[in-house]
Amino acid sequence: MTRFILNNTETCIDLPAGLSVLDYLRHNQRLTGTKEGCREGDCGACVTLIGELWQNKMRYLPVATCLTPLCELHGKHLVTIEGLSMDDLSPVQQAILDKKASQCGFCTPGITVSLTGLLMQLDGDLSEEQIKRALSGHLCRCTGYSSLKLTLAPLKKRMSGRTGIDALLEMGMLPDYFRSIPERLKRIPLPEIKQLDQIGSDDIPLAGGTDLYAQHRDKLTQNRIVPLNLYPELKGIRSDKNAIRVGALTTFESFAQDPEIRRIIPGIENYIKKIASWQIRNRATIGGNIINASPIGDITILLLTMGAELILQQGKSQRVIQLSQFYKGYKQTDKKSDEILTEIRIPIPEPGSLIHFEKISKRRHLDIASVNSAIKIRVNKNQIQDARIGVGGVAPIPLLLGEVGQKLIGCPVSVHTVRQAASLAIKSISPIDDIRGSAAYKQLLTRQLIIAHFTLLFPDQVKARDFYEAD
Amino acid sequence: MKPIELDLHTRGISQYVDDMPRPEGLLFAAVLPSPVAHGIIRSLGTDRALQIHGVSALFAAQDIPGENQIGTIIQDEPMLAEKEVHYMGQPLAIVVAEELEIARKAVRAIHVEIDELPVIVDPKEAYQQGEIIGSPRLFASGDVELMWEKCDAVVQGSCDIGGQEHVYLETQRARALPMEGKRMTVYSATQSPYTVQRVISKILGLPLHAIEVDVKRLGGAFGGKENQASLWAAIAAMSAWILQKPVELVLTRAEDMQMTGKRHPYISDFKIGATRDGKILAYEVHHYQNAGASADLSTAILERTLFHSANSYYIPNTRIFGVSCRTNLQPHTAFRGFGGPQAMFVMESALTKVAEALGMTREEVQCENLLTDGKYFPYGQQAQAIEVLTCWYEMDAKYDFDLVRERVESYNADHFETKKGFAVMPICFGISFTSSFMNQAGALVHVYTDGSVSVSTGGVEMGQGLNANLALITARAFGINPDRITVESTNTTRVANMSPSAASTTLHLNGQAALIAVKEIKNRLISMITKELNLDAYASVKIKNERVLFEGHKTGWDWERLVQKAYFSRVDLSAHGFYATPNIYFDRDQKKGRPFAYHVCGVALIEATVDCLRGVYTLDSVKILHDIGESLDWEVEMGQIQGALAQGLGWMTLEDLRYDDHGRLLSPTLAEYKTPDVYFMPDEIEITPLNQRETVDGLPYGNKAVGEPPFMYGIGAFFAIRDAMRAFRPDIDFGFDAPMTPERVLMALHPEFNS
Repeated sequence: MTRFILNNTETCIDLPAGLSVLDYLRHNQRLTGTKEGCREGDCGACVTLIGELWQNKMRYLPVATCLTPLCELHGKHLVTIEGLSMDDLSPVQQAILDKKASQCGFCTPGITVSLTGLLMQLDGDLSEEQIKRALSGHLCRCTGYSSLKLTLAPLKKRMSGRTGIDALLEMGMLPDYFRSIPERLKRIPLPEIKQLDQIGSDDIPLAGGTDLYAQHRDKLTQNRIVPLNLYPELKGIRSDKNAIRVGALTTFESFAQDPEIRRIIPGIENYIKKIASWQIRNRATIGGNIINASPIGDITILLLTMGAELILQQGKSQRVIQLSQFYKGYKQTDKKSDEILTEIRIPIPEPGSLIHFEKISKRRHLDIASVNSAIKIRVNKNQIQDARIGVGGVAPIPLLLGEVGQKLIGCPVSVHTVRQAASLAIKSISPIDDIRGSAAYKQLLTRQLIIAHFTLLFPDQVKARDFYEAD
Repeated sequence: MKPIELDLHTRGISQYVDDMPRPEGLLFAAVLPSPVAHGIIRSLGTDRALQIHGVSALFAAQDIPGENQIGTIIQDEPMLAEKEVHYMGQPLAIVVAEELEIARKAVRAIHVEIDELPVIVDPKEAYQQGEIIGSPRLFASGDVELMWEKCDAVVQGSCDIGGQEHVYLETQRARALPMEGKRMTVYSATQSPYTVQRVISKILGLPLHAIEVDVKRLGGAFGGKENQASLWAAIAAMSAWILQKPVELVLTRAEDMQMTGKRHPYISDFKIGATRDGKILAYEVHHYQNAGASADLSTAILERTLFHSANSYYIPNTRIFGVSCRTNLQPHTAFRGFGGPQAMFVMESALTKVAEALGMTREEVQCENLLTDGKYFPYGQQAQAIEVLTCWYEMDAKYDFDLVRERVESYNADHFETKKGFAVMPICFGISFTSSFMNQAGALVHVYTDGSVSVSTGGVEMGQGLNANLALITARAFGINPDRITVESTNTTRVANMSPSAASTTLHLNGQAALIAVKEIKNRLISMITKELNLDAYASVKIKNERVLFEGHKTGWDWERLVQKAYFSRVDLSAHGFYATPNIYFDRDQKKGRPFAYHVCGVALIEATVDCLRGVYTLDSVKILHDIGESLDWEVEMGQIQGALAQGLGWMTLEDLRYDDHGRLLSPTLAEYKTPDVYFMPDEIEITPLNQRETVDGLPYGNKAVGEPPFMYGIGAFFAIRDAMRAFRPDIDFGFDAPMTPERVLMALHPEFNS
């Protein structure tokens, strides 16, 4: 039994656990404002808000319902476009109408939901960058986004300084029933789920689902899925002396927002924008990215380069494995079928370490990379003390260029050093031709990204020009 | 007025086909696609599929009660393959089941055996093997052969132009309901209800009047639902007809992308010659259109390619050859621009190449050759009210192209890794269906006794703002408040024999038809009130702001009283209007005529920055001056321009439609096929309507078509990026293959990279 609140209605259902929230809304509930556009999280037509009590307050996030299993709704508030509509248009709806930021209308409900979601969790002023963030998970084929980007501008003034759901309620931006939701959610008993250490090889543990639903939807409509999101112990980020410990179910968004993570990966805010849309970042998890074992996983490449290690739990026992030892072949990992990845430990970089991530894809944002690469490097008096370079999309597995890293140690930061590293890197990879690019392109990109790491991190010592003038 | 459509959209209550309440006993269909691109069907093993609980029926070609034919211009396309399959994704069989997922599961359980045959994916290879659709076409003016030696520079080149997936957010869908007395009602997501009606009539062997097709709105179409909605509607209709139960068919995104046609890829070879001061004397081009496996609208699209091969330029000697080549890909179809964009891209490529040979800038050669009134298009139409030169001068005055060039060059001198480039892109697009007979439309207008008005036309609302504009112009014509107007669904029983909503003409044709109907009702009302008030001067009676005025003065009569009176006086409050665009014709034998009512022109300035180290780029800004005629609702029109621009930019850059040698689409989902997103589009987009212009007769309130023309501004992005690439590597002669993906950029910039 899954118990939750659908808009303003307490709901208790007994349907297959893995049924997607989208199918439930459209087929079972006939709430047709939520649209199906792609069933793989790329278009945003199916976005709704999912709200939950967090530190005794409601927190609402927009998510792609095509990738969200129904059973995860337990104890939560599911808000569709119908649940945001009042007698008069809400200010967000009115703003879309005023700017004529809707043409065929098919993407509009999802966009309305995301823009409302943005206002609900706004922290500080409403910036254009934030509006783009809210629109990042939405495709609109009609408007070209110009009018959409302008929609919330008139609300800026009205919103200034006022944040949170209570403020929105006061301003008539949300229906009144939202006030009663926290108390009503508290009355829902905890879900009946098996203990984490009871999960066996017959179960399909599901993290954020953003990859699994896109790839194996049919398998997931069975009852055997275990939604790991219902285990709070798998979430959250803690630091100890030597490492940052990231719960496997930590979402991309929580990861990128975490102050400790931001401290050790200063560019994370920019990288994450390219990696996934806000709506997907609210679902996709760090652990899921690792277990999915895509050779091009963006977070995986970053963590691989940072020397992360994984904690795998089997029943009551645990083991630790280096991420660099975890991949055995294309989509094959060292994880046994009854093991669960519970935690990722990222060693805190030695003082002076620099970290940088590059990703090249056909579309700059929210596309699967042709090649991605991360570097972690420490230099003292222009001598490389320590270097690790990871590169994705060029081998069956996310690749740590171990030999390249080794050879860099002791070298000066110079054009010659970078050239040597790049040519060794090209020898270490085995890319294939596919829609993300030809093998030759990926080889060239590998070289270019290694150059890019150094020109960006050491602009005084290494300049792009140097690699061309002597060519 | 309140935009009703948008109010519904933002609330999520606007209904698309499958959002309507479900009829009792609704069944769901799914379609089995061919797994290979060419072959002979040996067997269709259906036993396992039929055993699945919940499966109602399975249909193949032999179950079709009428004729297995959905081709419109040329009858060459079966609804379901019979013996031979011609493209991967071609429908082979239909499963109908109680639940959608059961139908889809049963489709996967069908075992198909096909003996594979050789596959052709390249249009030139198809041409060489004689695989062509219709006849090759040739337009010519002057004599190119005599001209080449008079030119100071003659260059040749080739363009390989990629296709484009429509990515309408709403995939193809239909719901069919069997009605009493051998009739069918079909709700279809189509731009062409009449085409759907005709196709179903043929498939079922029923007369047209037995098929009612109704369209409320589309969740995007862009040409993809002009001809290709019929197949899915026919599948739903046939299933419903045989089972006598309502049946719904909704394609998944992956099915839609793998089974439906797209914008045509072209391979085009050009030869161009100019004098040393940049005057183009002769242009010869051979367009090899990759039509896919059957004709669809390819021959009509090819014709428009020929019409627009010289874009906005006057070229005295032309030789324009085009041929539709039959390949083993999905039958390619209409997409915003309808063959015009490919033609213009080749023209811009040729112009660029000859400019480079002459050592001139693109802008110099462009400006030297822009079309002016009085000159002739290669197809014999005389240029009239062509505003492209006006737009050019205004843009140059506003943004100063020389200054832009200087600014870009100075940036490039200061930067090594990144380079800027820009391009000016003029467009000139002919408005009218090029098959002259299609330029007709009907409308039906009712005034109810409370004064409310219902307007039905043959136009389909698909996001272009048709309904809002129809309400606006009919209200204006009546002299009443637009809130009184409801624009109804598009329905074949209210308006017969309608042309598709396409060719940017929908508002023009249907608006005129509606205005004719309004005028008729209004004339009846005025003639009644003239008699009633014993006024002698009929012409002095007007309806304005809901009031009846005589010689400008109030009469005490308002709209509601007028309508009431008319009803009790037994005056007909309904009228049908019919409009046919006057003075257009085209002689296909002579290849000359006046196919277009008028042309829409404009000029865009696009700037780009290329990261030459990484091969990626950003589009920095787009500035557009566009001739809209008299604006009806500038925000709606600007929305059309912005949206068309985004699609044009996408087509030229990141929308990478690729097939392998087996005819398999390599980008079959939105994870592989990327359209512009919010970050891709430049923040700086300035769009201005052209103010000073000649008026064109026959337009509703002087408003010019806006749907397709702005798409072609996007072509400028290719040349802006290429311009930046030339700054990085002036030594390389870059080609003209589109789209300009980051891969193409990086590889082109580093030809010496040898792994």
